[in-house]
Amino acid sequence: MLLQMKGITKRYGSLTANDAINFTLAEGEVHALIGENGAGKSTLMRILYGEEQPTEGHVFIAGQEHAFSSPSDAIRAGIGMVHQHFMLFPSFTVAENIVIGREPRAGMSFDRKAAAEQVKALSEKYGMPVDPWEKVADCPVGIQQRIEILKVLNQGAKIIIMDEPSGALTPLEVEWLLKAIKRLAKQGISFILISHKLHEVMDSSDRITVLRDGRVTGTVTAEETDAVKLSQLMVGRELVLTEKKRLEPGKNILEVRDVTLSGSKGGKPVLDRIGFTVRAGEIVGIAGVSGNGQSELLQVISGLRNTDTGQVLLDGQDVTGKTPGTFRDAGLAHIPEDRYMWGSAKEETVTDNAIMGHLRSFSRNGLLRKGQIKETVAQWIDAYKVKTGSLDTRGKHLSGGNMQKLIVAREMAHGTPFVIAAEPTRGVDIGAMETIHDALLKRREENGAILLVSSELTEILKLSDRILVLFEGRIAGELSAEEATEERISILMAGGTGVETN
Amino acid sequence: MEAILDWSLLSSMFRVVAPLLLAALGGALCARVGIFNVALEGMMLTGAFSAILGNYWFGNVWLALLFACLCVAAVSLLFGYLSIHLQANAIVVGVAINFLATGLTAFCLFAVFNVKGQFYDKSMTGLPKWNIPLIQDIPVVGQIISGHTPLVYAAFLLVGVLQYVLFKTVLGFRLNAVGENPAAAKSLGLRVRRYQYGAVIASGVLCGLAGAQLSLGQVTLFAENMTAGRGFIALVATMLGQSNPLGVMGSSMLFGLMDALSNRLQGFSVPTHFTMMLPYVMTIIVMLFFKDKSYLRQSGRIAGK
Repeated sequence: MLLQMKGITKRYGSLTANDAINFTLAEGEVHALIGENGAGKSTLMRILYGEEQPTEGHVFIAGQEHAFSSPSDAIRAGIGMVHQHFMLFPSFTVAENIVIGREPRAGMSFDRKAAAEQVKALSEKYGMPVDPWEKVADCPVGIQQRIEILKVLNQGAKIIIMDEPSGALTPLEVEWLLKAIKRLAKQGISFILISHKLHEVMDSSDRITVLRDGRVTGTVTAEETDAVKLSQLMVGRELVLTEKKRLEPGKNILEVRDVTLSGSKGGKPVLDRIGFTVRAGEIVGIAGVSGNGQSELLQVISGLRNTDTGQVLLDGQDVTGKTPGTFRDAGLAHIPEDRYMWGSAKEETVTDNAIMGHLRSFSRNGLLRKGQIKETVAQWIDAYKVKTGSLDTRGKHLSGGNMQKLIVAREMAHGTPFVIAAEPTRGVDIGAMETIHDALLKRREENGAILLVSSELTEILKLSDRILVLFEGRIAGELSAEEATEERISILMAGGTGVETN
Repeated sequence: MEAILDWSLLSSMFRVVAPLLLAALGGALCARVGIFNVALEGMMLTGAFSAILGNYWFGNVWLALLFACLCVAAVSLLFGYLSIHLQANAIVVGVAINFLATGLTAFCLFAVFNVKGQFYDKSMTGLPKWNIPLIQDIPVVGQIISGHTPLVYAAFLLVGVLQYVLFKTVLGFRLNAVGENPAAAKSLGLRVRRYQYGAVIASGVLCGLAGAQLSLGQVTLFAENMTAGRGFIALVATMLGQSNPLGVMGSSMLFGLMDALSNRLQGFSVPTHFTMMLPYVMTIIVMLFFKDKSYLRQSGRIAGK
């Protein structure tokens, strides 16, 4: 075994994040590490990468024991990490980003030409094409990840830890990534893959280790398991699929008429005469490859951005061009697509993040009612199983999935007739996904209108009554739940007509 | 008009630009590693005082320079410890250091020399004026460029040195990396704090020289609060020059010219209070055109958060 982690235990005060974990990795193996948010995956990897020191336990690499006190120790021992949020320098070139820390020198100078050549050779060796002289800020996300992998390889990594590698990627980029991982594994590089997405794990891994509450609940080979068995190991119980009841939709809650948003100077419009309705008791799903106008559409119907032409009506009220406050008063709750940019304040406490937008109902005579707030927030945290140290923990210390759960709890608590759910389950684990889906379906049964935007087709198909597909700022097609299949949506997403041509 | 704008105005510009430029280069270095150094003013003032103190004690301008650099380096170390090590807000720490410097120099002035307001001693000699052979013989140019204190030459020499270091060497590359994304730099095993401390201390030394040019170069005396906001103007010059040594030199020269002009105008029947406003009015005008917020954004990510 190339890597052996034996009896790793990590305690933070009374909390045990890792409890006697054993983990091994062979040369050229892809070993997935899965588990719910807060199961201890990140802690284990932070220990391996030298960012944290274990309370107990030993790490062996090629039979030799190592105790890493910093990432540079781990890097020296041949361990590399590709973080979920890339660790890149956006204003530097690709080559600069890859060679940093081991720059080729000419005297005192940084030999940028040699760096570019080195990067070129490296990218050819591993079949990962990049342009050494391009600025990283100009590279798409998929390429940025490639740069991260090349950087780690350039550091001489034999073991690469990939944390949620497909989170920000488009389906095509994911496919490319999984292929690249398999190819690199054949060249002798070992991978530890942290992921939520079971099909990706099944697709690319040799072995899978499941963590729950800081303990290993199973290590299995990909051949002997399937997605259902894995999710049972993760959640510790069987997942019940909620059946969607047949409902007759009621009156129009959201009406979007002819909304157009022009692009940057002279370019194509970002939104092109978009019109649709969402009725009470109905979930309308919006599918599309990201960047086809979803974000802009969401901003227009939540009041964050003004439309050039057209109208937005919410519960019968014309809210076109009004402030987000007016939209919310008219009956909008919004689970935003970017939880940190629009949805939360990292520096504030869990409580403060939870009551944002609820202040009116929690105050009397201009003073906050702390007791009531505490009670309510505790209830939400319980209902959505948000894992947090305390109510006063800062937002930035919550894992992304847990912050997402908190935002969903907050927005659902508004009880508004209309809900925008944008990527409601991005980065959350299977158990929480179930909770969030249930909450959305329950709202639908209570005659709520929901607009669901998601890059996960399975999610769209599972929840939606009707599906709209956005392509280049236009509605490329509408499908009812009955006629929608993954294939038909994919064709529309790619700009096809959706009409079958034989 | 001719009497206002003649060649000697440019010559005096070079003289007054040196302290601005030295401090602004220090500010630029800090900005490169992601630290917004508001303490330039206080550091410069400390430099001005300790240069006079050194001169008085050792009777030697070179030792006085060294002493000034050491004293300000110590102050910058305090700034660094608070903002890098203890992760205090660099702006708050900077403001505190500025007030500390004002009070401490005034206090020491009284404690050491037993005077208030200003200290002057006939026996003290200031920094020598160096003539540059050959260049001094060129008409006009020689008048402008030659005959300055070594610190004036050093300031302009440093522009070139820093430009090379920041953009051509591995050291400069890493300094920039630390400022651009401290978390990423840390994850690569770069010693983020070490680079930040280095930049802060270097800026302290530069401010020490800037202060010495004020109290030993232009005059040979120390007056309470004699920097009179030059540290803040240097800060603006840093921002305006995008923390780029050549850019910083350009903006410093603009402010230096205004400073020289304001001195010159005092010789005419323009009220002094009006002429003294000039550099500061210029600063405000420049700020109106300064739209790039990248510098402020950098100030938000201090010390590898």
